[in-house]
Amino acid sequence: MSVQDLSRRSLLRAGVSTAAVAGSAGLLAGCALGDDKSSDNSGNKGTVSEKNPLGVKEDAALEVVVFNGGFGEDYAKAHEAMYKENFPKAEIKHEAVVEISKTLQPRFVDGTPPDVIDNSGAGQIDNGGLVSQNALAELSPLLDAPSLDITGKKVRETLLPGAIETGTFDGKTYILNYAYTVYGLWHSTKLFTDKGWSVPKTWDDHIALCKNIKAAGIAPWTYPGKHPRYMSWPVISTAIKLAGPEVAMAIDNLEPNAWTSDAMKTAADAWYQIVKDKYILDGSAGLDHIQSETEWAKGKVAFVSCGSWLENEIKAVTPAGFNMAVTPTPSLGSGDKLPFEAIRGTAGEPFIVPAKAKNELGGLEYLRTMLSMKGAKDFTGKVSSLTIVSGSADGVQLPPGLTSCVDVLKASGSNGFNWIYNIYYRKLERNLVDAACGEFFGGRSTPAEFLAACQKGADSIASDTTIKKYKRS
Amino acid sequence: MRHGKYPLLLAFLLPPLAIYGYFVVSPYAQTFLVAATDWQGLSPDYNFVGLDNFKRLWHDEYVWNALLHNVWLLLLLPVLTIALSLFLATMLNVGGRGGRGTVRGVRGSGIYKVVYFAPQMLSVSIIGVLWTQIYDPRGGLLNGLLRAVGLDGLAQVWLGDPNFAFWALLAVMVWSNVGFYVVLFGAAMQAVPRDIYEAAALDGAGRTRTLLRITVPLLWDTIQVAWVYLAIIAMDGFAIVQIMTRGGPDFSTDVVGERLYDTSFGESKFGYGSAIGVVMFFLTLSITVLALRVTRRERIELS
Repeated sequence: MSVQDLSRRSLLRAGVSTAAVAGSAGLLAGCALGDDKSSDNSGNKGTVSEKNPLGVKEDAALEVVVFNGGFGEDYAKAHEAMYKENFPKAEIKHEAVVEISKTLQPRFVDGTPPDVIDNSGAGQIDNGGLVSQNALAELSPLLDAPSLDITGKKVRETLLPGAIETGTFDGKTYILNYAYTVYGLWHSTKLFTDKGWSVPKTWDDHIALCKNIKAAGIAPWTYPGKHPRYMSWPVISTAIKLAGPEVAMAIDNLEPNAWTSDAMKTAADAWYQIVKDKYILDGSAGLDHIQSETEWAKGKVAFVSCGSWLENEIKAVTPAGFNMAVTPTPSLGSGDKLPFEAIRGTAGEPFIVPAKAKNELGGLEYLRTMLSMKGAKDFTGKVSSLTIVSGSADGVQLPPGLTSCVDVLKASGSNGFNWIYNIYYRKLERNLVDAACGEFFGGRSTPAEFLAACQKGADSIASDTTIKKYKRS
Repeated sequence: MRHGKYPLLLAFLLPPLAIYGYFVVSPYAQTFLVAATDWQGLSPDYNFVGLDNFKRLWHDEYVWNALLHNVWLLLLLPVLTIALSLFLATMLNVGGRGGRGTVRGVRGSGIYKVVYFAPQMLSVSIIGVLWTQIYDPRGGLLNGLLRAVGLDGLAQVWLGDPNFAFWALLAVMVWSNVGFYVVLFGAAMQAVPRDIYEAAALDGAGRTRTLLRITVPLLWDTIQVAWVYLAIIAMDGFAIVQIMTRGGPDFSTDVVGERLYDTSFGESKFGYGSAIGVVMFFLTLSITVLALRVTRRERIELS
């Protein structure tokens, strides 16, 4: 062993111990678990007045982060400008990101989140998780404040029925779902007029029409095989229309056998027919949502199941004169509890104010700005989407798809329905029901197996003690 | 002046070690800590739950399902990749026969080398997107080719069918790794004295025999390294899965890495996700040790 060897070895040893020291120092300094900086936002309080019912501090900075997706970011800039009109001294920091969770999760842990977040998109932070970890501000001060420009009404009274239900957990509202979304079957009125087809109101009409459509060389249906949960929406809707909103209630409350109820069985049996009779476009199982919707926009398919963001999502590939329109799911028969017109309408696009926001009151005031008639009309005009503010689409020039949404909502009236298990338990819809739908609409499982797989998923959530449960009634 | 070099050496070595300790060692250590908590990743609050996460893991059928796919990858990916790479490297380097008993690569081997190595130049995300397009059931190249040659019956919904999705991903993983090992094995073959191959050729040994009796034994060290690398890739597999299928359809392409990601970032269960990470750490570690042990063999002296 040479002297050189020895010195190299001791140097190595020194290096290893240095690394160990550095490592343990790092463990203390930059722990991922974070250390509570318990930010004190009581300093950011101004004087309550008629113009400032929430008592926002006039010169407190406001940080807004929005999801840069189908809606873009221009609408938010307009809302920020409106906020600035009322609070000229406030400095507004605006950011639009695609991956909300990757960008903001560390800031939640650190206790330094922004004041308002549009927590949307595939990379959103689990909203149920935010609520169960007390990371969000309760919105009742906002809802009970007077509306910004609808005189004589509280903000709560200016909203569409059921608007805050999707953001309410055990009676407390934490999430403001701002956009009003309609879920149904979409078709091109141009294609239907050209071919002389009419919208099916009953299940038998629907199947007869599918047969005609197939004979005309067009596929009656397609769905995004990479996100097959899109097809769970018409199945559940059909069951609800058959047996009433209790079907959805049972599913939301994770009741035993909620998925295998008679209504769900009848609905799944009915929908199985489009699988059995091969009314689905070949290869749909391998398409994502944009691809399947594009096939539809190209006129190769008659129906897709989607929400009203569809029109904006495929704007670029929709041919002129396509005239898309939404319709409710067909009724199974005259014994249905809800009429054909009943459709699933719900509030989406979750806006939140973190509990640890520096300017929490400013965040609430920003939401109040969004919920003003002026703010809502501006949004609808800019992004072609309805908002939860009642009457905010009146007098706004709307594209064909959205016009049909307004019409079906009016027809549906108080028969509208919704479910929220997907908000309470994101995993249940996104992973478990999703996988079951893939097998079912891919033709690899029977209706009974499909519902059993969904039920198994729901039961696994129900028995998981680490997931906080919610009930609605 | 021997001692004068220490300050200099330390000045060069300490900063990288400190950075390594802070950014690599410390997160690893923290994972063990987080795995013992119920931390949900959105607030600084958490409770220590001991081994609860690991107990839960033991009964989690989705984790077992994902692990099973990793095991399949572990069995198939190294074998297929190494076999294919060895074959290609042999053809490129010693597969051809020159005049007077000399040995060289097959004709055009220079071009083939470039072609095989090309996937190595692409990042995993590009490979994933590229192959997603190739597998596209309606407009994709693969089904297009099958239909063009009249094999319509073989056209499949590759990534949308649980019977094919896993194999489709395995093929992509083999494809993206082969190029590198062709070059690696090729370089190792260059180090083998030509006269051994020429002697074998003169003695009438065919290509297969030469490969099995001469190339493999002489390249054993390199193959062993390749095996360990590929085993580690097989235990991971996350990137391709995340880009191409996200574990679907019906969890048929799920791997442990995807489960970890989905549990932590999708379900916001960072404690449980970390427990999966800890298990993955030990699995990878033991497989590496095992692979090195099993493949250990006497070194062949060339001179």
